[in-house]
Amino acid sequence: MTADVPILEMRDISKTFGPIKALQGVSLQVYGGEVHSLMGENGAGKSTLMKVLSGAHTPDAGGEVLVDGKPIPLGDPKASKARGVAVIYQELTLAPNLSVAQNVFLGAEPHSGGIVNRRQMMERTRPILDRLGVSFDAATTVSRLSLGERQLVEIARALSTDARIIVMDEPTTSLSERETEKLFDVIAGLKRDGIAIVYISHRMDEIYQLSDRCSVLRDGEYVGTLDKEEIEADRLVSMMVGRDLSSFYKKEHVAGDKDRETVLRVEDMGDGTKVKGCSFEVGRGEVLGVAGLVGSGRTELLRLIYGADPATSGKVWLNGQEVTPRSPRAALAHGIAYLTEDRKDLGLFLDMTLSDNINMAVAEEDARPGGLRNFGAATRRAKAALDALSIRAPSVRANAGSLSGGNQQKVLLARLLEAQPKVLMLDEPTRGVDVGAKSEIYRLIDELAREGLAIVVVSSELPEIIGISDRCLVMREGKIAGEVKAEPGRAIEQTDIMALSTGASERARTGTPRIAEKEGL
Amino acid sequence: MTDTTTSSSGGKRAALKTSIMALGMLPVLILLAIGFELLSGKFLTVNNISIVMQQASINIVLAAGMTFVILTGGIDLSVGSILAASAVGAVTVSLLDGYGMLGIPMGMALGLAFGLFNGILIAFLKLPPFIVTLGSLTAVRGIARLMGDDTTVFNSNLPFAFLGNGDFLGVPWLAIIALGVILLSWFILRSTILGTWIYAVGGNQEAARLTGIKVWLVLLFVYGFSGLMSGLGGVMSAARLYAANGLQLGQAYELDAIAAVILGGTSLIGGIGSIWGTLIGALIIAVLSNGLILTGVSDIWQYIIKGLVIIAAVALDRYRIKSGART
Repeated sequence: MTADVPILEMRDISKTFGPIKALQGVSLQVYGGEVHSLMGENGAGKSTLMKVLSGAHTPDAGGEVLVDGKPIPLGDPKASKARGVAVIYQELTLAPNLSVAQNVFLGAEPHSGGIVNRRQMMERTRPILDRLGVSFDAATTVSRLSLGERQLVEIARALSTDARIIVMDEPTTSLSERETEKLFDVIAGLKRDGIAIVYISHRMDEIYQLSDRCSVLRDGEYVGTLDKEEIEADRLVSMMVGRDLSSFYKKEHVAGDKDRETVLRVEDMGDGTKVKGCSFEVGRGEVLGVAGLVGSGRTELLRLIYGADPATSGKVWLNGQEVTPRSPRAALAHGIAYLTEDRKDLGLFLDMTLSDNINMAVAEEDARPGGLRNFGAATRRAKAALDALSIRAPSVRANAGSLSGGNQQKVLLARLLEAQPKVLMLDEPTRGVDVGAKSEIYRLIDELAREGLAIVVVSSELPEIIGISDRCLVMREGKIAGEVKAEPGRAIEQTDIMALSTGASERARTGTPRIAEKEGL
Repeated sequence: MTDTTTSSSGGKRAALKTSIMALGMLPVLILLAIGFELLSGKFLTVNNISIVMQQASINIVLAAGMTFVILTGGIDLSVGSILAASAVGAVTVSLLDGYGMLGIPMGMALGLAFGLFNGILIAFLKLPPFIVTLGSLTAVRGIARLMGDDTTVFNSNLPFAFLGNGDFLGVPWLAIIALGVILLSWFILRSTILGTWIYAVGGNQEAARLTGIKVWLVLLFVYGFSGLMSGLGGVMSAARLYAANGLQLGQAYELDAIAAVILGGTSLIGGIGSIWGTLIGALIIAVLSNGLILTGVSDIWQYIIKGLVIIAAVALDRYRIKSGART
C-alpha cells in the first residue's frame, strides 16, 4: 500500500461484556482501495470489532477510531455513517415489501415538506445500480430479488450515503457461485474507486482471491496481519487457533476399538437447504465429535436425525434396524436423545420444578392407570438424578429457572438420561456453563461412553472436541467435509479441523493421511 | 449465553412472590365483600351470598375451561357464542316428549364439538388461537341464531330446570356444579400427566415437542374442554331461564371469563397459573356486579368500573412478568 494515511485506523480497542473480554487492545489499519480480510474462529471478536466501528457498541475507554486520521465519536451509529462507514450484515436488513429505490433511501428519503419525492429517489438510485452493473430496476420489489441481488441492494444503499469504508460480514454465505462471482466483480470495482473493504469470511479460497491484506483475531486479541504474498492457509490457521490444550478434558473410555459394533448409522441425511447428504456411523462406547463453523449445518443435522425438523432425504439405523424418526417422540421411543444447544428457549421449563423437568420424558412410562401422575416415582427419580449428576439445588421442588447455567444443563441431561437412550446427541453441551460444571459434564460424557452409549457431540470449541472425542467429523456448508481421527500417541490437531472447516485443506493439506476429505466440495 | 446464577434467596423470593400472587386476590375479594356490606348493609346475608354464587357459577365454569386454554398460552374468544348455541340446542331437545333430560348431554356435546373444531384448527393447521376463536365467536353466534330460527326457544316444563333454580341442602345446584368443575379441573391439572403437559406446553411449546410431548393432543384437549365447559354453561343458563335466545345469550361472556382467569393470576403468555386463582377471580367479578347493584350504582358505571378492573388485572400480569423475568 502506498497511501500514507490509512482511511481507517482503530487503535487499542477493548470491549468487555460483564466478565467477558470480547476485545482486548485490538488495533487495525485499513487503506483506501484495499480489501482487508478479517479472520478468526467463532467468538474471536470480529463481529464485536465491526460493531464498534459502526457505532453499535461503545468500546471501553482508551480506544480510538480514526477516519482519515481524525477521531470519530464512539458508540454513535449516526456519526459513523456520516463519516463514511457502512456495514453490511450477514442478515440483510432490507424491507422485502418495498422497492429497490425505497430500500436504498430507507430512512433518508429525498423529500420536500415531508412528502417523498419518488421521482428523485428513482433518479438517484439508477446511476448507483448502473455503477454496480446490476440487471434489475430501481422500481423492482425487493422480495422478487434473489439473495445475491439483495446483497447488491445493500451495497447500493451504502454507496448512496457515499460510504468509503464498507464492511461485509460473510457476504457469500447464502450466495450461489455465480452470485459470488458477481459480488467479487462489484468489489473489484469499488476498490478501483478507492473504497476500503473490510471483508469477514471463513472461506480460505475467498481470502486468497480477494485480500490485499488479512488480519487475524483470536480470543479477542489481535494476532497479526499478513500481506497478500504472505497469505497461506497453514499460517492463517495456526494464527487463528493458537495453541493451548488444557488437561481438564477427561477421556478414559477405550478409543479406537476396531470391533466396536455400530449403534447409530445415518445415511444421506438432508433437508434440501442447510444439510446435504450427510452419512456417518457411531459405535457403541464411542464419542464422535462434530466440528464446523457456525452455520455449517451441525445443529440442523442433529435435529434432522432426531426428527425435530422434516428431512427431505435420509435414513437412520439403530443397531441395524431402520428407525428414521419422524418426530422427537418417535426418536426418544427408539432411544435416540438430543440435547438442544439452547436450553432456555428449547429445553427447560423454567417455571416448573426440577422434578417435573427431569421426569418430563418418562412421566407417561411411570404413570398409574388412567394417566395419573406417579408422584412417588417422580420424586425418587429426581432425587437420584440430583445425586448422580451432583446437581446443586435446594430441593427437587425448586424451579428450574432458579438454578445456575451449569446446573440447568445437568437437569436437561438428567431428563434425557432418564429415558435410557442408546444414542445421545449433545449440541454444545457446555455452552454458557462455568469451568467447574464443564469438567463435570466431560466426566459424565466419558462415563456414559464407558457404559456403552453412542455419543455425538457438536461443539464450536475445538479444544473441547479434541479433548473428548475419539473421532471428529468436520462439516462445511451442510456437508461432511471430512473426518479426523485420533490415533494411539497422536491426538487430533486443531489445525486439521480448521483446515477442513474453512476448506483450506484443498490447497494446503493434500496428502496428509490422517485427514480423509470427501470429494465434490 | 449469559449465565445467570440466581441465588437461592432469589429463588425463595420468586417463590414467595408466586404464592402472594395466587393468594393476592383473596384479600381483595374479602375487602370487596366487607366494603359492600358496609355500604349497603345487605351484602353478607345468606340469601344474597346464595345469589352471588348463582350469578358467579356460569362464569366460573367458563373460566375453568378458559384457564386450561390460557395455561397453554392460547385464548378462547368463542365461549359466549358456544354457550348460546348449546343452550338453544339443550332447550330444543328438552321439548322432546319423554326424552327431555337428553337436553343436558345435547348441550354439552354441542359445546364439545365446537371446542374440538377450534382445537383441530389450532393443533393441526397451526392457526393462531386468537384468530380461530375470533372466527368462531362470530360463526357460532350465527349457528345459534339459525338453530333457534332467530327466536327465543321456550320450555316452561324444562325437565332439568331444578339445576338452574333448585338447591341441594340449601346450596344452589348451579354453585355445586361450578365447584365440581373447579375440583375436576384441579385434579386434572395437578394429578394427571395431561396436566403437566398443559403447563409444559404453555411454558415452552418447542421444548415440549422436543421432549416428546404430544403437543397436538394437549391443544385439542384444552380447546375441547373449554368448549365442553361452554356447553355446560349453556345447559346451566337454559335451566335457569327455561329458555334460550341465540342472539342475546352469552354476549361478552368471554370477556368475563378471561378477566376471571387473569385476575386469578394466570399468565396470559401461558405456563403459570392455578384454577383456585380463577375461582377467586370469578368471585371477585360476581361480587363486583352484585355489590354495585346493591349500592345503587347505575348500569353505565358498572360497565366502567368492571372494565377498569380488567385493565388493572392486565397491569398486574405485566408487572408480574416483569418482576419475574429472567435473562
